[in-house]
Amino acid sequence: MIAFAALLERLVFTPSRNAKIALLRDYFLHAADPDRGYALAAIAGTLAFPAARPGMLRALAMERVDPELFALSYDYVGDLAETVALIWRPPADRPDASPPGLTEVATALADTPRADLPALLARWLDICDTPTRHALLKLVTGALRVGASARLAKVALAEIADVTADEIEEVWHGLAIPYAPLFAWIDGTAPRPDARDAPVFRPPMLAHPLEGVDLDALAPADWRAEWKWDGIRVQLVRTPGGERLYTRTAEDIGRAFPDILRILQDMAGHVVLDGELLVMRGGAPEPFAQLQRRLNRLAPSAAMLRDLPAGVHLYDILFEDGEDLRALPFDTRRARLESWFARNAPPMLGLSPLIPFGSFAELAGIRAGTRAEGVEGLMLKRADSPYLPGRPRGPWWKWKRDPLTVDAVLMYAQRGHGRRSSFYSDYTFGLWRGMGDTRELVPIGKAYSGITDEELKFLDRWVRHHTIARFGPVREVEKSLVLEIAFDAAQPSTRHKSGVALRFPRIARIRADKPAADVEDIPAFLRATRCVDGP
Amino acid sequence: MVAWLVPKPEGLYCAPGDFYIDPLVPVPRAVITHGHADHARPHHEAVLATPETLAIMALRMGEDRAGRARQSLGYDTPLRLGDVTLRLAPAGHVLGSAQVVLEHAGQRAVVSGDYKRVPDPTCAPFEPVPCDLFVTEATFALPVFRHPDPRREIGRLLHDVRLFPDRTHLVGCYALGKAQRLVALLRQAGYDAPVWLHGALRPICALYGRFGIDLGVLGAATGAARDAMRGGIVLAPPSAIADRWARRLPDPVVCLASGWMQVRQRAKARGVELPLVISDHADWDALLQTCDDTGAREVWVTHGREDALIHALGRRGVRARALRLVGYGEEDEAGDAAAAEGEPA
Repeated sequence: MIAFAALLERLVFTPSRNAKIALLRDYFLHAADPDRGYALAAIAGTLAFPAARPGMLRALAMERVDPELFALSYDYVGDLAETVALIWRPPADRPDASPPGLTEVATALADTPRADLPALLARWLDICDTPTRHALLKLVTGALRVGASARLAKVALAEIADVTADEIEEVWHGLAIPYAPLFAWIDGTAPRPDARDAPVFRPPMLAHPLEGVDLDALAPADWRAEWKWDGIRVQLVRTPGGERLYTRTAEDIGRAFPDILRILQDMAGHVVLDGELLVMRGGAPEPFAQLQRRLNRLAPSAAMLRDLPAGVHLYDILFEDGEDLRALPFDTRRARLESWFARNAPPMLGLSPLIPFGSFAELAGIRAGTRAEGVEGLMLKRADSPYLPGRPRGPWWKWKRDPLTVDAVLMYAQRGHGRRSSFYSDYTFGLWRGMGDTRELVPIGKAYSGITDEELKFLDRWVRHHTIARFGPVREVEKSLVLEIAFDAAQPSTRHKSGVALRFPRIARIRADKPAADVEDIPAFLRATRCVDGP
Repeated sequence: MVAWLVPKPEGLYCAPGDFYIDPLVPVPRAVITHGHADHARPHHEAVLATPETLAIMALRMGEDRAGRARQSLGYDTPLRLGDVTLRLAPAGHVLGSAQVVLEHAGQRAVVSGDYKRVPDPTCAPFEPVPCDLFVTEATFALPVFRHPDPRREIGRLLHDVRLFPDRTHLVGCYALGKAQRLVALLRQAGYDAPVWLHGALRPICALYGRFGIDLGVLGAATGAARDAMRGGIVLAPPSAIADRWARRLPDPVVCLASGWMQVRQRAKARGVELPLVISDHADWDALLQTCDDTGAREVWVTHGREDALIHALGRRGVRARALRLVGYGEEDEAGDAAAAEGEPA
């Protein structure tokens, strides 16, 4: 538990991905079995036990600490688990025992009835030091928030074993805590675990943007085009071992989409499908914001399932009847997908259609002509391309439609992380609202990408010289610099003061030439982006 | 009741001796506990302090601002001032830091200044002095503040240095006291590579050297080749660690050595990657222990989180009150900003 606590402490404060991986690698190399398996589960969020409630922690602390001192302390620290960890005081006759191991903690938590938890926890807290108490309390309250994902842990393990993270991904969901066969494989003492019929995740094939590619050099007949839908890319897995709905980063989101899981349950055989998750209305996809409402909920209400039904536009088939189709050419897989679909006809699932075209010029016209809801652009796929995990360059291209742009005024800036930690590199920008005396800027979004290093230096200097107020790491600046913001879509939002949410905002240009007073008003912007009906 | 020591807006005033202790504005006669900017302020007429503190004041504010008449008084040397007998006792805070022990009319009052109880290789250890009135600081007066063993924190730093051999560990620390203590702790832990210093830290380290504190090989971070500092440890004022100054270092791991690092939000808000809980102040247990050790029936709290300390002392039957002197505890900002200005970005 001590080493795990030290790891968590360090991870929480580490912004750089590579440094996090180095920390995880160091831990997994040196921690013992099965502790490191439970640590992996804790980081990946797969440990399951009834979580302790905040009230219980508070009551436990009050048995040891003067209530007034506790209140002053909690007020200062602001986090309950942290306050308890710091303030906890072992009794004078502190038991002479070393802190519990992670394995002991994880197994005991799973077996202990809730009523017995306070006594168990107090016993542990008495024999732990402060960082270990903190890790323990975060663990039991189910709020680990370690600043490292399951994926990062897998990357670290892959580096140790000198395999790819995708190879780990493909067996991951077939394994159980504490992942003994996985570590045996990582250590080189056993072969790679066999996933067999388990509903494991298959790393998806991704595409690069179509940039610097000479379309004239490509033969249209060698390529297939399809819509790039504006939902989230998912993998549907149905095997004799169960059914799963994964995101493209291997997150299991099945609980949030029981409507999709039910459809998978009603199917037969062993099939793995690639598609886009969308909220559907009458067979047509709804704007991304509607899907976002479903994604925000751990488990949807009945009303949500009724009003925001989920569906999937299918792109590809990876396994059929347990047969791995990934090495087959795209055209062959497409034929298998169409035939599988015709035989099964699952509700709420649809084939994402191929777009016929004779020339790339014609296709460019189709791309330019579409502003349909739910479409981000086009995908180009070589007819003979196998399904390769990762993002190989060449066989697939994403050809997003041209971004929309808006000029907006820089309002706030915040320091970035890692390489950019000394630079003001996160920018909040806004548009005008109101008239005369009540005319004010209202933020419409935040962007931290799109600029060159030179532009970053310019903006950093500009922010430092035009600061009018500071709020912790955030600076408010004079409302005088205009930025051209590129974005993929603007969607109505009730969660933002401005009433609009931008998809993928990034900075296209610094418009030092344009007066801030000349940027648009919000109502005009909403009409232009069809977030509200025009007059 | 000690009636002859009076909290005034200018600072704590000793009536029978006609002097202030750590006054906040220029006064005719000042006794200074230690050289941090919030306690040692410029432009007093006469200043009495330890030789180390006088030297620090002259270095930091210039001879002309460090007091028109300066009287140096070593530890444990009684001195008669008016109707008061005064002596200075080590406070263990930084080099030269002293408690002011005052005797008058059969009563003894001790003004602690800032202090800590854990051993510090760069200054004399705190000496508990029995007294009727103890005037204490309360910087870390909440039961959540219990500083770990500094050797453990140094161990964490050195582990990290080994883990990231291609990165530079940039440790934010106050220029006076913390920086020298960190170097000394590193030396005690067997670290004998050069420690690189931000320009604002060098003069005080040199001063410590003149007073016999050996800090080993120190290098100037300003002007040093980038690659020379790769894998090394660089010390800088807290204001410099996440700012433009740090851009000269190869892939820095930003660390900060302070008692505040005990609280995560503090560390996160400052963008610190490796918080080191190393403090030159007494923690909660040490504050209560020290009040106990003095046997004082009356305790005054100068600055910090006084509510909790007064509450806790009250429950032990000690009469405690807050002086609410405005202006202490600002070394962070004042000292920092001044230090950072002396260094080109």
